Amino acid sequence: MMPKLPFLKKHASTSLSTGSSTFNPVDRSEIFRASRRDFLKIGSLAAGGFVLGVNFQCSGPKGELITFAPNVFVSIGSDNIVTILAHRSEMGTGIRTSLPMIVADELGADWSKVKIMQAEGDEDKYGNQNTDGSFSVRMFYEPMKKAGATARHMLMQAAATEWGVAPSECDTEASHVVLKGSSKKIPFGDLVSQIQTMEIPKPESLVMKDFSSYKLVGTDVPIFDAKDIAMGKAKFGADVSLPNMLIAVVQRSPVVGAKVVSYKDENALAISGVKKVVKIDGPGLPAGLDQPLEGIAVLAENTWAAIKGSQALEIEWDLGPNQTYNSANQLQEMLKSTSSSGTVKRERGNFNQAKSSSGKIIEKTYLAPFYAHATVEPPAAIADVKADGSAEIWAPSQHPQWARGAVAGVLGVDVSKVRLNVTLLGGGFGRKSKPDYVVEAALLSKAAGVPVRVQWTRECDLHHDYYHSQSAQRIVATLDGAGNLTGWNHHTVFPAIGAGLDAAPPSDGELDLGCRDFPYDVPNIKIEAHETTAHTRVGWLRSVSNIHHAFAICTMLDEIAETRGIDPIDQALQLLGEDKDITFAGEMVGDYGNYGEKIEDFPWSTARMKKVIQTVAEKSNWKQNLSAGKAMGFAAHRSFLTYVACVVMVENDAAGNLIIPEVHYVVDCGIGVNTDRIRSQFEGGAQFATSLAMTSAITFENGKVQQNNFDTYKIIRMPQSPKKIHVHIVPSMEKPTGVGEPPVPPFIPALANAIYKLSGKRNYELPFKA
Amino acid sequence: MQNYTLSINGKSQDVTASEDMPLLWVLRDLLDMKGTKFGCGQALCGACTVHLDGEAVRSCSLPISQVGSGKITTIEGLSETGDHPLQKAWVDHVVPQCGYCQSGQIMNAAAFLAKNPSPSESQIESAMEGNLCRCGTYNRIKDAILTASKSL
Ligand code: FES
Ligand code: FES
Repeated sequence: MMPKLPFLKKHASTSLSTGSSTFNPVDRSEIFRASRRDFLKIGSLAAGGFVLGVNFQCSGPKGELITFAPNVFVSIGSDNIVTILAHRSEMGTGIRTSLPMIVADELGADWSKVKIMQAEGDEDKYGNQNTDGSFSVRMFYEPMKKAGATARHMLMQAAATEWGVAPSECDTEASHVVLKGSSKKIPFGDLVSQIQTMEIPKPESLVMKDFSSYKLVGTDVPIFDAKDIAMGKAKFGADVSLPNMLIAVVQRSPVVGAKVVSYKDENALAISGVKKVVKIDGPGLPAGLDQPLEGIAVLAENTWAAIKGSQALEIEWDLGPNQTYNSANQLQEMLKSTSSSGTVKRERGNFNQAKSSSGKIIEKTYLAPFYAHATVEPPAAIADVKADGSAEIWAPSQHPQWARGAVAGVLGVDVSKVRLNVTLLGGGFGRKSKPDYVVEAALLSKAAGVPVRVQWTRECDLHHDYYHSQSAQRIVATLDGAGNLTGWNHHTVFPAIGAGLDAAPPSDGELDLGCRDFPYDVPNIKIEAHETTAHTRVGWLRSVSNIHHAFAICTMLDEIAETRGIDPIDQALQLLGEDKDITFAGEMVGDYGNYGEKIEDFPWSTARMKKVIQTVAEKSNWKQNLSAGKAMGFAAHRSFLTYVACVVMVENDAAGNLIIPEVHYVVDCGIGVNTDRIRSQFEGGAQFATSLAMTSAITFENGKVQQNNFDTYKIIRMPQSPKKIHVHIVPSMEKPTGVGEPPVPPFIPALANAIYKLSGKRNYELPFKA
Repeated sequence: MQNYTLSINGKSQDVTASEDMPLLWVLRDLLDMKGTKFGCGQALCGACTVHLDGEAVRSCSLPISQVGSGKITTIEGLSETGDHPLQKAWVDHVVPQCGYCQSGQIMNAAAFLAKNPSPSESQIESAMEGNLCRCGTYNRIKDAILTASKSL
């Protein structure tokens, strides 16, 4: 039995990666005139400004339509400044820049006169703000266009009246309405009073700009915060400071589920600057996804005193059932389980028959470890809980509504009493969608009666993460006498997100991340899931179970190609077969999640996949004769509806160290909004994946994480980083899809395949041993 | 608790702190200078890098008692208006993703370039090895340092 995750049900979108089909793309949007007061609640507005609101309607968990109050505001001031309220957390993907770009482009605004503001976490106002799962641009592309188009039409109407011409003779450019074929123009700001009283045009009457006339979308636009960041001025979570604020550092249960038996705090309180010691009651087991672990917090006037105080605590723990947990042993048991039959999750043809009549059987197993997110900014949050129970929060949160709801829950107040301000995120990768650290701040502020910043140390972060699960997989492939691939049997097992001590298989949603959606034309396919238990908190990490699934599948395919004596790229194109949209109809047990989108809207297109593969072969000059000591590996994978092919080159340097001189990515993510940020996500994705492949692993002994800091949980550094990363974006008019997560999955097997070609040694386990 | 007079970004600042308090927390908590970041506390990530008499140091591991009369420069003091060649190159190359590691990267690079104004790529790599970036902006950091080195 899986533990109940009530909050996940309420806040449907969090289940993106947990798998149920309950997350919520925007189905419809509505543009309306917002009141100045609405806008002023959020930010300042030039006098006489005109404000548009955008309402989103999303599908709820049962397919019902949920309408949110204004999600986005666009205001045009009489000072000719266009202000756009961005409603996504910024964690490095540039989304805070990309969404406003779409509005500004459709509107015809001068980008240098556009101001961007960040919304606070308020689901009723802004809809869901979860910045997981690469779906921001995908969800909001159309509504953003519509908002821009609406304002543009009104401005053109006003100018047309002024000039006594038809609106169709007008256009917008650089924050002016211009009369086509003349030099006449009026700044937007001068038309504000005219459009104040104008009716909002009907959506059917809007003529959207032609893509070719876009000046921002599809180009490189520098991110909004670059200069502030370079000057050290950007405000991250821990950078907020309030009068009388205390800083809290917490010693948390060293083993998930541990409870405090007793503690001594004399030594902690004796440290100069330490003010208070507060116990945080944890839920024990199951640990849940939105609650703090049990712990003892030391509250002090400064962070250093709090750190020293927390080290001076003497705590006696009842460690509970996880104290004997050893991750290496579990991994071996998981691996063993894959040799028996599991729960069948997809079936095509008859694999067993194919196996018994096959000419050759290739059977391989794959292991991958737990990973921590290790954002360079460790979790931190500030809470100011007032005597009346209301609270104001500042947090680097990927999911402000979840955090807000969880805080309201523990404070026992209505969510309307909790105001949540989202700061910049010093990296998220899925970690900061969980609100545990925000809840800690709220509980501690309430207990202390003053504002509190809870500050996680790096040790706290590595010991108490929601880890990417360790996994074991077995793939059995069968070839007939002619060398054709006739059967594919994939067994997978890993502790599921939200699982606990009761054995459970991965959820369908997790299997839909790169395992069940195996796209190749193999006549007999059987996908089996196996059960295991979770002895730590499991969460989602950049591309989630695509990480280990793509590793196993794409290295296995390389091995099959080798056995067949065929080039792996030729094989991939051959196995994708003719151009078609795969629906998996009749094969999946249960529904296929397709990242929350209907398969008709976002089909699994073999044509798009073949295109990125052909392009990567070309761009990497795949068939070239490499000089001795160099090798290339290939992999391709679709995740988050984006198609990616990757070629990695490797060589050994003079000292015998492995170097990655070159990487080629080809990506089809539909319309590329900010091409510079697409490239930067792929550059970063390659670096991120290199760490997963080569250096990082979390292990548990006696229930405790063995890694403490960056000396033992290793992230690649500049000398090990891939040197040249070429990102080729396939021109596409398809709906935009995510780019944050898709770079990670294909990189790891492409690297593994390259290393094999160089050294003759296959890696079946992450991180690679050599 | 002890009284200290520090020289930070050309200004003299009086603080009272316990002698083992790392400079990082003196800056962030006592002086409210938030540009210098905390990442590991163990001199392993470089997020807290500042200059002490022109040398890049990890402020998380430098107790205030060891600062003495040394001149400290933080990201806030690198330039008045963000026009240090590295800051300009950082914006031109749109280096930051989340941005959190970047104060430390820039400070480390600034101390390095001051000593080695025209470095090779591999010299840059070794010099920057102590600065982690989880978002993976290494390629652009390298390019930005090369660009800045040309404009020095
Ligand atoms: S915080 Fe000082 S090196 Fe990491
Ligand atoms: S930009 Fe995010 S850690 Fe470097």
